Amino acid sequence: MTDRRDFLKVAGVTTAMLAADGTLREALAKVMRPPRPAGPTMDPATRELLMEALNAAKLAGAGYADVRIGRQRQNFVFTREHQIQNVVDTDTMGCGVRALVDGTWGFAATQQLTKDAVAGAAREAVAIAKANRIARDRPVELLPSPNYPDVSWQSAFKVDPWTISVEEKADLLLRANAEALKVENVKFVNSALFLVKDERNFANTDGSVIAQVFIRSFPTLTATAVAADRSDFQRRSADIAPMGRGWEYVLDSDLVGRAGGWGEDAARKLSAKPVEVGRYDLVLHPSHLWLTIHESIGHPTELDRAMGYEANYAGTSFVAPPEKMLGKLKYGPEFMNIQGDRSQEGAISTIGYDDEGVKPDDFLIIKNGIFNDYQTTREQAGWLKWWYDQQGRPTRSHGCSYSQGWSDVQFQRMPNVSLLPGAEDHSFDDLIAATDNGIAIEGDGSFSIDQQRYNAQFGGQVFYEIKGGKKVGMLKDVAYQMRTPDFWNSMDMIGGKSSYQMGGSFFDGKGQPGQSNGVSHGAVPARFRQINVLNTGRKA
Amino acid sequence: MSGSILSRDEAQALLQRLMGFSKAERVQVSVNSSIRANTRFAANQLSTSGSVQNTGVVIQSWFGARHAVTTTNDLSEASLRRAVESSEALARLAPEDPEDMPLLGPQTYLPVHAYFDSTANLSPADRAQAAMSALAQTRSSSDLMAAGFIVTGGTAAALANSAGLFAYHANTGANYTLTVRTSDGTGSGWAGADHPDWTQLDFKAVGERAIQKARASRNPVAIEPGRYTVVLEPQAVGDLVQLVLFYGDARSADEGRSPFVKESGGNKIGEKILDQRVTMVSDPQDPQLLSQPFDGQGLPLNRREWIKDGVLQQLSYTRFWAKKQGKEPTGGPGSVKVPGGTASLDSLIASTERGVLLTRLWYLREVDPRTILYTGLTRDGTFLIENGKISKALRNFRFNESPLFILNNLDGMGRAERLAGTEAGGDVVMPVLKVKDFNFTSLSEAV
Repeated sequence: MTDRRDFLKVAGVTTAMLAADGTLREALAKVMRPPRPAGPTMDPATRELLMEALNAAKLAGAGYADVRIGRQRQNFVFTREHQIQNVVDTDTMGCGVRALVDGTWGFAATQQLTKDAVAGAAREAVAIAKANRIARDRPVELLPSPNYPDVSWQSAFKVDPWTISVEEKADLLLRANAEALKVENVKFVNSALFLVKDERNFANTDGSVIAQVFIRSFPTLTATAVAADRSDFQRRSADIAPMGRGWEYVLDSDLVGRAGGWGEDAARKLSAKPVEVGRYDLVLHPSHLWLTIHESIGHPTELDRAMGYEANYAGTSFVAPPEKMLGKLKYGPEFMNIQGDRSQEGAISTIGYDDEGVKPDDFLIIKNGIFNDYQTTREQAGWLKWWYDQQGRPTRSHGCSYSQGWSDVQFQRMPNVSLLPGAEDHSFDDLIAATDNGIAIEGDGSFSIDQQRYNAQFGGQVFYEIKGGKKVGMLKDVAYQMRTPDFWNSMDMIGGKSSYQMGGSFFDGKGQPGQSNGVSHGAVPARFRQINVLNTGRKA
Repeated sequence: MSGSILSRDEAQALLQRLMGFSKAERVQVSVNSSIRANTRFAANQLSTSGSVQNTGVVIQSWFGARHAVTTTNDLSEASLRRAVESSEALARLAPEDPEDMPLLGPQTYLPVHAYFDSTANLSPADRAQAAMSALAQTRSSSDLMAAGFIVTGGTAAALANSAGLFAYHANTGANYTLTVRTSDGTGSGWAGADHPDWTQLDFKAVGERAIQKARASRNPVAIEPGRYTVVLEPQAVGDLVQLVLFYGDARSADEGRSPFVKESGGNKIGEKILDQRVTMVSDPQDPQLLSQPFDGQGLPLNRREWIKDGVLQQLSYTRFWAKKQGKEPTGGPGSVKVPGGTASLDSLIASTERGVLLTRLWYLREVDPRTILYTGLTRDGTFLIENGKISKALRNFRFNESPLFILNNLDGMGRAERLAGTEAGGDVVMPVLKVKDFNFTSLSEAV
């Protein structure tokens, strides 16, 4: 019988082995052990590599360069019913160099953490930038940013998941599965833990040297109920948000305590009433609404999308061109305020400094219902100087540069984008009580939106029919279709401070080559009037 | 590209060395070595561009039925030993897997030649030059904006285990996608090309096609959503039809949670589920596919007919489920092709009295797994067909449709081509299709 102490002993042995080896890479691995609360300290060897690459880039002709040496570890545990399917530990390290030469970007990355290799990557980044000069139209201009010569930051975790044994992780999931399987007709349960530890060391030619570490945790569970006559099956996924927290969050999520309830929801969906097509008032829980915010506010207010930089993949935006939208577009009612930030404790996009050395600020994307600002980087914020001047605000990046890891070039990614609470402290139940004929939706389901973010369709996890202010029964096969500006302008009631909660995505895709980003969305419950609801049930 | 991917001998040596560190009862090791380079442009100019080299190993160790996986890209001796030990430590702590299967012994694989020097030897200047083929045209026209992506690279994948199995596959890839929008914001056209061999990509043709679609799609008009006869170009077919095999797991069907559930028990193998013109195959050696001939456990992936003449021939059986059900393990579909017919796109349009022509689809998401019902939108070239001719540009639609429904409502099938950009990706070859009663549920203003 092994226990957690045995696991730690194993970890201790491997750490001792590292110290004995003495290469730069091993020295790097050594400092990348669980950080102290004050934030990680960059070891001299890593700093030396960062400087080597920066110097090589400058010597080769870069006007600006930044270097990132990163290590990303992931730990996954997958289960079904009473068994473990797999336990996976991944570990990747390397160095990425971005160089701006004569207004054109180049990027190169290498897994080899030697002076020669990182300098080689720097020279290759410069060479790529030079080769691209023939296709330049307008030179890229980078906004100046304050430098941070020696700073560090770490995310808000109490218990590093890498100190928890796989046995303990598996045991938690299997106990949760067992609870869901106690429910009649629940035949299958899949659960998993996704844990990420990301260590980022950064330096740029402005003189910043930044060490950061963050942890992300995401427990999931899906119960599947099958009708006795095999005529139907229904699923219910847990509404647990991924968060920028540690093992303490996994425990707080109370999978074991809540799994039976999710199982019961799956079973009840088998006999739920198919929804009648029509227009309904929708009362949307934060566990659902976060995804609608993400798709219909988060993505269209990315400035690169609005300017056509994502046209070949994710698309452009209806919130364009900026001069016709900023201060003019009525996105929603006056009580609607949407904040962009990378500062909410425990949110996934929260960080001390972005991937081009900017300390992010909090900003209102939508202010009193009116479109007020875009998500920006140092390359982009200058495009909006006219607007910031008009507003008497400084022209600065909001700190939204992000790369998924050392091997990918950084670009504009979403900060936490959240619907701020209303003045009155209404709860989800208060909104239901105020609704005569509607549908309440909890949990996120199917989602799809067009390439300019106008037309969207969303499902959910559980749906309740509301009659005369009361939930009168469960519905199934519900999806709503909406046009973004009409939808948000139909919002007539929102929850208050005590109903605010986070949702989020662990796997938000953007860019070519595709990169994945984690992002949180805080939300309060909200009501939307007369929304078009479909019935999605068919027979094969 | 600078550097190179691992050769067969190098990969084998690395994997043997890794297995030499193992103290587990059983071990499986694999390596993935890649070089990727890309050039991206938007708003009529280069945006980002880069090159990445990476080699990572995966170690799976077993003690009895306990197993765990560790990966690392640190190839120093100390790190490789540490990764092997870590997978062993995790495996000892992991609960027993009641579905664990013994390792496969040595296997024979189909030879697949998917590595092309023409792709492997490209330089950043070659890619920038290729990007210029579209940029030169859009910059010199006052009404066009181009955004595109060129990605090239090489990958070597190898797998070995303590039962003596060794597998190796090297391939190159070259992919080009281009979106051209009109400056007035009312038109958008897309085209793409994909092949392991760079010389097979026709940059000029892709540019002309995207520009033609962009200009033709300007000032679209709205028609009522509803059920229409639709001609789907291969790209649009691929996005929907590719999904069928994702639901082809035999176990899910046997368990009662799949579109292929038979209500009386078991699954629908042997039943006619689609129009008899539809056949769906995976074939690593097909010159249009050239996919990897083994899966993650080293199981050979040979040519396989999943659907023949509309009849479900085969679902995918994992080794565990095959053993339990007394079947042959199939592995998953490593690639997919619907061979199609000989009709051209133009002839399918010409035979349509009133219908809608679709260039590509976007943001497909599952709505109902019981029927593979998906929602999504049309994009980058949606046109009205009247009296056998394209008559107008149309506003885009949202649809709620299933590949199972459209492949039962078939009205015509044309030539198949290799696709450059399905949402799910992979090696995909699909024909042009004409189908009846395609279900558009709302309009989108998006261009």
